[in-house]
Amino acid sequence: MKILTCPINGTRPISEFIYGGEYRAMPDPQVVSDEAWADYVFNRNGAPGIKLEWWCHASSTTWFIVERDTARDRVVRSFLFDEIRYQGGAK
Amino acid sequence: MPWRLLRFALSKKHPEPRMFAQPDKLKTSYDAVIIGGGGHGLAAAYYLARDHGMTNIAVLEKGYIGGGNTGRNTTIIRSNYLTPEGVKFYDASLDLWKDLSQDFDLNLFYSTRGHYTLAHTDAAMRTMRWRAEVNKHYGIDSEVVGPEEIRRASPQIDLSCGGHSPILGALYHAPGAVARHDAVAWGYGRGASMRGVEIHQQTQVMGIDVQGGKVCGVHTDKGYISTPKVLCAVAGSTPRITDMVGLRTPIYIHPLQAMVSEPMKPWLDPILVSGSLHIYVSQSARGELVMGASLDPYELHSTRSTLDFVEGLSAHMLDMFPFLSHVKVVRQWAGMADMTPDFAPIMGKTPVEGFYLDAGWGTWGFKATPISGKTMAYTLANDRNHELIEGFSLSRFARYALTGEKGAASVGH
Repeated sequence: MKILTCPINGTRPISEFIYGGEYRAMPDPQVVSDEAWADYVFNRNGAPGIKLEWWCHASSTTWFIVERDTARDRVVRSFLFDEIRYQGGAK
Repeated sequence: MPWRLLRFALSKKHPEPRMFAQPDKLKTSYDAVIIGGGGHGLAAAYYLARDHGMTNIAVLEKGYIGGGNTGRNTTIIRSNYLTPEGVKFYDASLDLWKDLSQDFDLNLFYSTRGHYTLAHTDAAMRTMRWRAEVNKHYGIDSEVVGPEEIRRASPQIDLSCGGHSPILGALYHAPGAVARHDAVAWGYGRGASMRGVEIHQQTQVMGIDVQGGKVCGVHTDKGYISTPKVLCAVAGSTPRITDMVGLRTPIYIHPLQAMVSEPMKPWLDPILVSGSLHIYVSQSARGELVMGASLDPYELHSTRSTLDFVEGLSAHMLDMFPFLSHVKVVRQWAGMADMTPDFAPIMGKTPVEGFYLDAGWGTWGFKATPISGKTMAYTLANDRNHELIEGFSLSRFARYALTGEKGAASVGH
């Protein structure tokens, strides 16, 4: 992967982007059990697959979501988080 | 050419026996199955057979022996870690390393060089002092040295690093060593094979049979094996295996790249590491500079190489050693590192009875090969975690009791 498309700034070289890890819905910290919170904080979906990830376009500090195949390093699409927020979460 | 060699050129009989017996077929059951024929898996098989009398064991390897991270690391061996758990564990490993060539009757080219972790900032110096004190407390040869000692050990170094990140000092660890990494896998493999362990290469695990929270067998592409015990020692493929038994872990996979230069006359005696410049470098017995850097910046399940990596690492090498500007890079490669949040491994028993993990070896697994084999063999044979690996259990995350080892990682990740 040498380039990535930011939904605001368009297609840019990969060196302008910062990886933010897989997108995972956060449980409500007020009501969640210690065990479920530890699962959220530490555990990861480590196996390869098509995942939703946070990425940041560093020079404009735009955070957005990328859907990417982590086995073949192919981007499916990138979009702003609003798309997930207004659907009430994804996955 | 000696005459006795010529004799073998004419005869069909080969003078040297093969390193490993080549078993034809999987049996239908084993006392234990080890997934992963790298250094760690083969070491566990070796100690199970030698120390615990368990020889009805199959080692299953998807590719070939030592073709994973065992043959892809930069071969550095040291024990100057940060946590008491880490220091005791890696030091026990260092003790085993010293006799390993004799043990195997195979030359591992184990070469004690001295290991300098360079500090370019006050914060790094503080971590070096901290590590030195923890190390000394546990009797490990480790001390903070100044720039003059570094210059004596490596006269070619530019102590100002091009003027932008001057070296303030270093953590010096005299026992730091390098070894020939694939010979380690061969030595353990031959020792295990001689004692009756079966090593099945090009055998892929497709699934693990768990019934009532207990391991009963393994599905492979060459048939089903029933077994009560499975050890998972597959480095960068760990999440694929843990998914087969429904185990959640904090492991995430990033590639780690390395490269070597063309061979040169010996000039670099010690192993040098710089956290700020993201370099670790040593000169191999062949004269090549073996160089590594930090992890690739995002998750990827692939061993592809990138030009970015060579450019970045070469630029930092030139900061330290400007005279290398005409030296060529001849090879680069990558391995898949199974990273953990606290930079310590995940070892021992799991909530699935009979399923044992030797994982989370990220960027620090090669040096631990002997001791991880020994402690995992003990854990498998007795169904009880060895005392040296208690701080590395999977359950530590649910207890929020991490073993923070990031400060001892060779470069900032």
